[in-house]
Amino acid sequence: MNTKVFKINIANFAKIKFLELINFIDFFKRRTPDNASNFSLASFKVMVQKEITDHIRNWRFIILFAIIALACMGTLFSTLADTAKTFATNNSENTFFFLNLFTKSDGTLPSFFVFVGFLGPLFGISLGFDAISSEQNKGTLSRVMAQPIPRDYIINAKFLAGIIVISVMLFTLSFLVIGAGLVALGIPPTAEEFIRIVIYTILSIVYVSFWLNLSILFSVRFKQPATSALSGLAVWLFFTIFYPLIVNIIIKGSEPSKFASESKIFIYQKLKFYLVQIMPSELFNEITSALLVPSVRSLSPLTMEQMHGAIPSSLPIGQSLLLVWPQVTGLLALTLLCFLFSYVIFMKREIRSRG
Amino acid sequence: MGKRIEVSGLTKKYGSHLAVDDLTLSIEKGEIFGLLGPNGAGKSTTILMLLGLTEVDSGSVKVCGIDATRSPLDVKSKVGYLPEDVGFYNDYSGLQNLMYIARLNNIPIKQARKSALDILEKVGLLDAKDKKVESYSRGMRQRLGLADVLIKEPEVIILDEPTLGLDPEGVRKFLQLIVRLSRKQGITVLFSSHHLHQIQQVCDRVGIFVKGKLLAEGKISDLAEQLFTKNTFTIEVGVTSDQTNLNPPLEEVTKKIKQIKSVANVTLNNNCFLIESKHDISDELSKLIVNLGYGLSYLTKKEYGLDDIYHQYFQEEK
Repeated sequence: MNTKVFKINIANFAKIKFLELINFIDFFKRRTPDNASNFSLASFKVMVQKEITDHIRNWRFIILFAIIALACMGTLFSTLADTAKTFATNNSENTFFFLNLFTKSDGTLPSFFVFVGFLGPLFGISLGFDAISSEQNKGTLSRVMAQPIPRDYIINAKFLAGIIVISVMLFTLSFLVIGAGLVALGIPPTAEEFIRIVIYTILSIVYVSFWLNLSILFSVRFKQPATSALSGLAVWLFFTIFYPLIVNIIIKGSEPSKFASESKIFIYQKLKFYLVQIMPSELFNEITSALLVPSVRSLSPLTMEQMHGAIPSSLPIGQSLLLVWPQVTGLLALTLLCFLFSYVIFMKREIRSRG
Repeated sequence: MGKRIEVSGLTKKYGSHLAVDDLTLSIEKGEIFGLLGPNGAGKSTTILMLLGLTEVDSGSVKVCGIDATRSPLDVKSKVGYLPEDVGFYNDYSGLQNLMYIARLNNIPIKQARKSALDILEKVGLLDAKDKKVESYSRGMRQRLGLADVLIKEPEVIILDEPTLGLDPEGVRKFLQLIVRLSRKQGITVLFSSHHLHQIQQVCDRVGIFVKGKLLAEGKISDLAEQLFTKNTFTIEVGVTSDQTNLNPPLEEVTKKIKQIKSVANVTLNNNCFLIESKHDISDELSKLIVNLGYGLSYLTKKEYGLDDIYHQYFQEEK
């Protein structure tokens, strides 16, 4: 009796496997070179091109880019004067002048990385908040959908175009800062500095594309562009203003007394650390500080034993990266999660003209 | 080359609402088929399913011999679809809009430009090709929409309420354009509308679609027979009588008319008969009246148009 059941199970299992295999083959059919793959890729390229053109011509983009560029230039000039002074007085090897350009300021203006951390989300939201909904409202979505392109190309093209625009902008700004530093200081950045700056820029692209994806998600979900823009801004405000407030209240409430045991204080410190880890902006801040300030050795609280015997010097690049690896993973995961949700919602939706 | 669109047993549900109910339909190559139905009848849903843009609950859809649910991309490369209330990228010119669609259909850029200009000339937009679409009038937009559909050189065109919001002259021109193009290039056209007269003007065959069901399908003249079980023909006859007392009185004539086979009802109203019958009896009728010594001043056959079919149906509904 038992063996019979077992046999049937095996047979079923084989059947399922077989079906899966069929689906699997179907799934990749689109990508085999002989039929439609070149065809679709060409049209995907056309779509991305169009999206990028649209972004660059858009007044929204031009204005925001101007604001960010001006802000960065402003901080650059104020820090340059400052850095030149320190450079003149301090000639030691390990001062990372170029990193200072990104992190230090003379107090009149916030530094470069603060500006990127603050305006980056706004930039991401502004690129994505009407990505799908405006096409739907204009009635162009169903027109494009009637063409022989897979549906996901629409959302993929929006996403990719946004990322390309963001990358070009952020790399431009970073290299502009490096270039200005080069001209002003007269020495080239070291390889390590350069790599740190490039990695920082790549990770800030990830950070901005998180906000881009979040706003694309809202634009898929909400029909009105205004609603999706406001929800994007609301999330951003929540994480920059309200969430820290809430965290403060919780932390104040659970603060142990001065005479509490060490383990209690340790738990309290851990709580304080983990509560802010959900904030994308906090993740990004930690990434920034570890990458741009090589002397940062830990992001989470350390016990006295861990600190014992540590030499107060800067970390090599690999170690700094290792330090922020969890944060990087978290940020990437958040970005992908937003994209996944918008993708699924968009793929499942029925597209009618202006409906 | 046989059937271009073949639908059988097509069903689509939205929750508990049955949008399309067991629809079976086939359209031949080169035919202009009119899908006539009130708003919310499921016309647009059917069209979306034909293009594979929405999932089919049950039944099968074949367009140009390709299963639309399995390989919608192949279908979409052969079918031009003009959505209801189509939109364009307003800050692009007409030509740029057209070029974008051409590029999405993988037409190389040089060839796309050439055929775009060709088609713009056909639809009469060549002068406005470099103007931004936001300055286009409603009629121009609709014609640009048609150009959009034609640029991929489709085998089948599906037009969803294409004449909505056009003035009568615009409608006339638009319909003429469709008929001309269809006849010249042998394109199959599926034309959905709730306007009876437009459908009547252009379509070879009509399907009446109400509440997800195809009530009747066929040529307009056949439709009447399908829908009205009796008394399809109404004939109005005016008679004159110059010489008094020579003829039998009009009441007598009424009786005689009633004796003709298949006449159902005769009403007399001031020298004018209104005769309802199952078949066309105008021949016999005129002979009868003349033989009786009356003059025949006029005889009009009132055939049922779509209008009547439409109203008839809705009266039944109520």
